[in-house]
Amino acid sequence: MEFLGALPQVMFSGIAAGAVYALLALAMVIIYRTTEVLNFAQGDMAMMTTYVALAMIVGSGLPLYAAVPLALAFAAGLGAFAEFACLRRAKEPSVLGLIIITLGIEMIVFGFASWKWGGEPRDMPIPLSPYDGITAGGVIMSYLELITIAVAALTIGALFLFLNRSKAGLAMRATQQNRAVARLMGIRVRRVEMFAWALAAVVGGIAGLLVGPATTVEPYMMWEPMMKGFAAAVLGGMTSLPGAALGGAIIGIVENLFGYYVSTAFKSVVPFAAILLMLTVKPSGLLARHYVKKV
Amino acid sequence: MTALLALANVDTYYGPIQALRGASLAIDAGGIVAVLGANGAGKTTLLKTVMGLLDDQPDKGSIDFDGASIVGAQTEEIARRGIAYVPEGREVFRELTVLENLQAGAFSRRDDTAADLARMFGYFPRLMERRDQSAGTLSGGEQQMLAIARALMSRPRLLMLDEPSLGLSPLLVQEIFAILRTINGDGVTIFLVEQNARMALSVADRALVMEHGRFVLDGSAAEIAADPDVQEFYLGIAGEESVKGYRRYRRKKRWR
Ligand SMILES: Nc1ncnc2c1ncn2[C@@H]1O[C@H](COP(=O)(O)OP(=O)(O)OP(=O)(O)O)[C@@H](O)[C@H]1O
Ligand SMILES: [Mg+2]
Repeated sequence: MEFLGALPQVMFSGIAAGAVYALLALAMVIIYRTTEVLNFAQGDMAMMTTYVALAMIVGSGLPLYAAVPLALAFAAGLGAFAEFACLRRAKEPSVLGLIIITLGIEMIVFGFASWKWGGEPRDMPIPLSPYDGITAGGVIMSYLELITIAVAALTIGALFLFLNRSKAGLAMRATQQNRAVARLMGIRVRRVEMFAWALAAVVGGIAGLLVGPATTVEPYMMWEPMMKGFAAAVLGGMTSLPGAALGGAIIGIVENLFGYYVSTAFKSVVPFAAILLMLTVKPSGLLARHYVKKV
Repeated sequence: MTALLALANVDTYYGPIQALRGASLAIDAGGIVAVLGANGAGKTTLLKTVMGLLDDQPDKGSIDFDGASIVGAQTEEIARRGIAYVPEGREVFRELTVLENLQAGAFSRRDDTAADLARMFGYFPRLMERRDQSAGTLSGGEQQMLAIARALMSRPRLLMLDEPSLGLSPLLVQEIFAILRTINGDGVTIFLVEQNARMALSVADRALVMEHGRFVLDGSAAEIAADPDVQEFYLGIAGEESVKGYRRYRRKKRWR
């Protein structure tokens, strides 16, 4: 049957889209858990990272394999700088004040990118056509989609290993749970917080570098993925990393199901419907355990 | 010989409220020093001030650790110099396992911590059994043991404890104080704040009494235990009737 026959294809496209949302959601959760800030600049920091990669490839003629790590290093610097220069300056900040600060960072980054690179969409030159791919079991999988899923999965895996197996990851989890006591352990929490921002910017930047070739590089490129990433983070409970990853996959799949079987026009409504549903049914999110943060 | 920890004329404020009023104290390396005091005397404030946990405090006075000033230093740097602090109410990392809590305690060290882990499990065998359990699921007594072990993982020279007996059964209190003796025997100077005067005096070498943000008595544990005021107000031994009797009675009630 034509109707159900399309299901695997729709699911696959949904997971490919969801992989990007998951990365953005993870980035937001890392920052939220460590510094209790909702970083609304996450998407545009990723956009800027993508532009930097583009500028290095097109402008300076660097090969992709050199431009990507350099762009991600730039992302780390941008994240650390945002924390150091803007958030740390806030004295006894309120939640609202911190959100306004991240909105301010977002506007600066957006304004800078528009001024520096102009508003017109550009193509990210990669040695792959978006139409190349493989077909398995009737599902068309482009190389770009496959790479997106693989890169996201690797990033998520590396993140979990880092947090659960490394000393720095332990320091980060300790800081997230009880900042004052972490300091008693000799953990330099300010550095941990700065590092969390850098790490999140890299994870978000990877999402940007995956979105760029699939669409076009332009100042608005991350707005929709960012909204959906935020929805995914809320879906997962805002404090849970597995929840964020799962939330991303769910949003990606649901919006594609909706787009295929109902209407593409309402595709972007899906994440907001998901947030609303989540907040009314289970505000703590899908995977959040009972989590009490001591300050 | 310079004192391990020396405070001179320390004033600490919470906004307009003054909690330490010219507190002075010098602790030599080696022993166990206990501070007794009623609720609100300023005991917790004293420890927090030493650790640099109160913003912009102390307002006045000097605090030296091992001959160098630590006033104004970041808490994490003070900890790295060799002071470990077990806060009131344990404050374990609830979502981390017992083992991870201990590893977090050793964060500032670069050398091998295996021997210290073994030593902690020697002090507290119950932690060994629960090493992969998340700390939030431990009983209050086990959390206190974990908090002490975690503090020791940094190999501190001074261990400061805020009311380690709080909320524990008398038997467990005895167990924990016996282990504090052992830890002290292994070379860690201990500075502890306690409401449980009987227990504190039984384990300490030296004791001080704090009232309204300053020290009013200082002596060997035996001397302090023999002091009539301490006997009446902290140990609950009835003193002779005196003109001050009524006032003392009221103070005693406040001190429970
Ligand atoms: N955060 C705070 N803000 C304002 N005042 C405070 C604060 N913390 C403590 N105080 C005040 O400072 C004084 C000393 O408090 P502190 O906690 O040091 O007493 P304590 O000796 O530890 O008492 P307890 O035995 O009950 O723990 C008290 O009068 C208390 O009300
Ligand atoms: Mg206290």
